[in-house]
Amino acid sequence: MHIPDGFLDTKTWVSTYALSAGALAYSIKKSKEVLEDKLIPKLGIMAAFIFAAQMVNFPIAGGTSGHLLGAALATVLLGPVSGCLILSTVLVIQCLAFQDGGLTALGGNIFNMAVLGVITAYLVYSLLAKVIPGTTGRNISIFLASWSSVVVAAFGATVELAASNTIPFSVAFPAMIGIHMLIGIGEGLITVAVVNFVEKVGFVDATAKSKSGVKTNV
Amino acid sequence: MSNTVKVFIAALIVAACLSPFASSFPDGLERVAEDKGFLEKGEGKEVITSPIPDYTFPGVRNGVLATSTAGVLGTVLTFGAAYGLGKLVRKKEN
Repeated sequence: MHIPDGFLDTKTWVSTYALSAGALAYSIKKSKEVLEDKLIPKLGIMAAFIFAAQMVNFPIAGGTSGHLLGAALATVLLGPVSGCLILSTVLVIQCLAFQDGGLTALGGNIFNMAVLGVITAYLVYSLLAKVIPGTTGRNISIFLASWSSVVVAAFGATVELAASNTIPFSVAFPAMIGIHMLIGIGEGLITVAVVNFVEKVGFVDATAKSKSGVKTNV
Repeated sequence: MSNTVKVFIAALIVAACLSPFASSFPDGLERVAEDKGFLEKGEGKEVITSPIPDYTFPGVRNGVLATSTAGVLGTVLTFGAAYGLGKLVRKKEN
């Protein structure tokens, strides 16, 4: 759902740049309080993995494709602060080096995916993982956190497109949300599989997770 | 082999081997833009020209190889950028 140049009007792209700058400033401040040296390679590798996975579009219904967003993946494994920084890095590289997402829309894309996506994944995951017990419960929580992160990010994009008078909200809302409710299922399945895979190879230990603000020992 | 390296290798494998077989269908937003008739609002509006547009490494004739190369390059580049950012925003030792 990378918004290209031309879809957002000036007031919208300036506002979303400001919002994203604020969220990034907060993440950087927080990071300086919690990010330990041993987590830095993991930050790099998680960003690299999400970049690679985002290239692999999977077909969904109606001649449409989707690809992993990765907000829930990064958040579940490394916490929301690192998650925001990781997703933002991926989006900046995609925009500057690969023409994926416009430069004027970068603030909006970061806000939708690296801020809204990460916050949603964090809230849904940390609430549900407490309520639903066990490994199955954790996988269900990861799935729903992933699904919601995609739908909420798509909602953000919908609001920005409507605010820019690119498309009326009443037209954009059912189309964008409907399609991303389907893409979200792919997001959920991939995220559950990848979280289980990387934990099996021992990518993140429990102490790192609790320190990064995500409680997973439930 | 360290555990984190395994995940990096997994990322490189995804970029090199899976990305050329990605679905070429439009994604969710592109589909909506096409169906609702605002796709052209983005045409020719690019503010910058990227070195590797559309994940196709320029000058490589073979399409699979062009995507693979772009994928591996992007994966390494993203690792470097996020690692560098991590160094800048890490917790300061007292």
